[in-house]
Amino acid sequence: MADETCETCLSGTNLTKIYAFGKSRTVAVDNINFCFNAGQVISIVGESGSGKTTLAKMLLGLTNVTSGQIYFRGKPLDISTSKKRKEYWKSIQAIFQDPYSSYNIFTKIDDVLLDCIHLRGGRKVPKEEKIAMMEEACRFVNLKFAELTNKYPFELSGGQMQRLMIARVFLLKPKILLADEPTSMIDACSRASILEMLLKLRDEINMTLIFITHDIGLAYFISDEVYIMEHGKIVESGSADEVILNPKEAYTKRLINDVPKIYEPWDLSTVDYHL
Amino acid sequence: MRNTLKSIFKDGKFRLGFGILVFLLLMIFLYPLFVPNPPLEIIGRGTFFPPGVYVSNLDSVSGAPIYSLTLADAEAKRLASKLSLEDRAEMKTYLLAVGVPEEQINIEDTAALLALWAEKYDPKLNVKGMIFAKLQYYRRLNDKLVSLLDSEGLILARETDGVLEKTGQVLPLDYVNIGEVSSVRVLPLGTDNFGRDVLTELVKATGVSLQIGLIAGSIATAIGLVLGLISGYVGGWLDDLIMFFTNLLIVIPSLIILILISYSISQSERGPTTIAIVIGLTSWVWTTKAVRAQVISLRNRDHVNLSKLSGHSTASIILRDILPYIASYVVMAFILQISSAILAEASLSILGLGPKTTLVPTLGLMMNWAMIYQAHILGKWWAYFPVIVVIALITFSMNLINTSLDQIFNPALRE
Repeated sequence: MADETCETCLSGTNLTKIYAFGKSRTVAVDNINFCFNAGQVISIVGESGSGKTTLAKMLLGLTNVTSGQIYFRGKPLDISTSKKRKEYWKSIQAIFQDPYSSYNIFTKIDDVLLDCIHLRGGRKVPKEEKIAMMEEACRFVNLKFAELTNKYPFELSGGQMQRLMIARVFLLKPKILLADEPTSMIDACSRASILEMLLKLRDEINMTLIFITHDIGLAYFISDEVYIMEHGKIVESGSADEVILNPKEAYTKRLINDVPKIYEPWDLSTVDYHL
Repeated sequence: MRNTLKSIFKDGKFRLGFGILVFLLLMIFLYPLFVPNPPLEIIGRGTFFPPGVYVSNLDSVSGAPIYSLTLADAEAKRLASKLSLEDRAEMKTYLLAVGVPEEQINIEDTAALLALWAEKYDPKLNVKGMIFAKLQYYRRLNDKLVSLLDSEGLILARETDGVLEKTGQVLPLDYVNIGEVSSVRVLPLGTDNFGRDVLTELVKATGVSLQIGLIAGSIATAIGLVLGLISGYVGGWLDDLIMFFTNLLIVIPSLIILILISYSISQSERGPTTIAIVIGLTSWVWTTKAVRAQVISLRNRDHVNLSKLSGHSTASIILRDILPYIASYVVMAFILQISSAILAEASLSILGLGPKTTLVPTLGLMMNWAMIYQAHILGKWWAYFPVIVVIALITFSMNLINTSLDQIFNPALRE
């Protein structure tokens, strides 16, 4: 399905990942095809164990693909050598689910941000300019650099850490940002601001945002395209309105029904306890 | 960092362990300043002199000023030190035989016993049932007692051409001040089988053994750390290869490899450093295994993934994102390696495969010497017991430091 009609950023054909350990085999991602357009916000929705994170790891090049092929800007993705991998990683960044484990606890916040500037080739930039860049990045995510300097990431709250993560991405300016449930460990108030910042960042540096979530409401709120995953397969895909307002698959309907609504009684009959 | 250090020093266990270690180190560095004698200098002509203060006989008789002291118990003490327990028991037997009631005889009270003896002993008396040899023995004993009671003291004389010329007299009331005797040597732990001062030797041996432990521990930890990091982080065939060798070494007990290597190096080339290197090269195995396990649990953490995505090199990820996380663990492994290397040296040396014996003492060598000369059978405790105590103190302090660090670095273990 790596068609050339759309301006693809990332696409994949027959992508499969099998975790094999001894005789036991777990098919995490089962023969999926997708095509992510540049500049869009794409949501991958599914419940726990549906293979979302494995897919993310494959897209990031952090784990090997068992079979199938990923295409990056129409060309087969080659990350066989560390040099090629590094080249690919210049254009993709990630935000992970757990902000508390995403930072090296021995690195100060200044160094986290400085590192991003250095990676963008800003090693020789004068010190004042570096500080100005860091201040700008912090302002972008509503943090005050003066309050963060000389602190360690674990001294911040979960929401602040996740915003700092966005500041990192702001400095790195990747082409693709893969956000793996970035708001699932954060309270509802911080969630909205983080989502807003992600969208703002998307507009700012014109990147593709791949948003992985189990929250279909959230997916509808932010995305252009939605992919629904169940047991490693993509069961439904299309534009957000199409998939969520007119779901065709039973699984999608169930996912939508499982979102609790404030003014309606929650229909628990659809919940399958055997899953 | 400062807070961590503070909380380490608040821990009682750590303070005890650290205190013992500092005490030993201070001994090693300060003792030679006060006793500059070479540690392997042979001073005693004979084996296993007991601990004590050694005063030159000649100097105290002829060199030092004489003071007269009338000490009431001096005579009793002198007699007490001369009369052995056997002699006292024999005296009691005689007194019983001549009809003294048992309750009147107290062999602990030297003065009373002598008084009783002077009253009851009669050399001409033929005690019934006592053989001649026994009576002769009592006669000799009586002569000895008379000379002991002599208050004239000793005459000092010099011999010239077969003629004795009186040069002085030592009276029972004569005393010398030990500070004014020109040659006094304190041997707190006596001498060993070669007549060497055990304490001086022990202090030097502790230093050498700690040095061996430090060298061997550093080598073992360095090898273990590097191999563990590579094996754990890089994985793949490199991991398989490293684990193959590690498992191979685990299967063969390291003491046997150690013995074989030590045996194949000739005695003349086995210095303490060589032994330390040999120990270091054979004991890295479990550090590798442990570091590898830690690294594997770390390498898929999000911060490592982010670092990879940020384009850092493998070396930089290992140094910045992996190493700090396992540093506390490595420090603890290092401490344990030091103490186990000291024990390894001791067990090698006691088998006679330790360093060359003529240049430096080590704790293991001292044990070896004591064992060869049967100090434990002869009851010469000062030749081996202090060594055991020092070995125990070193390993005890290291293990205390280790467990207390464990509690600091691993919050789950805190009480």
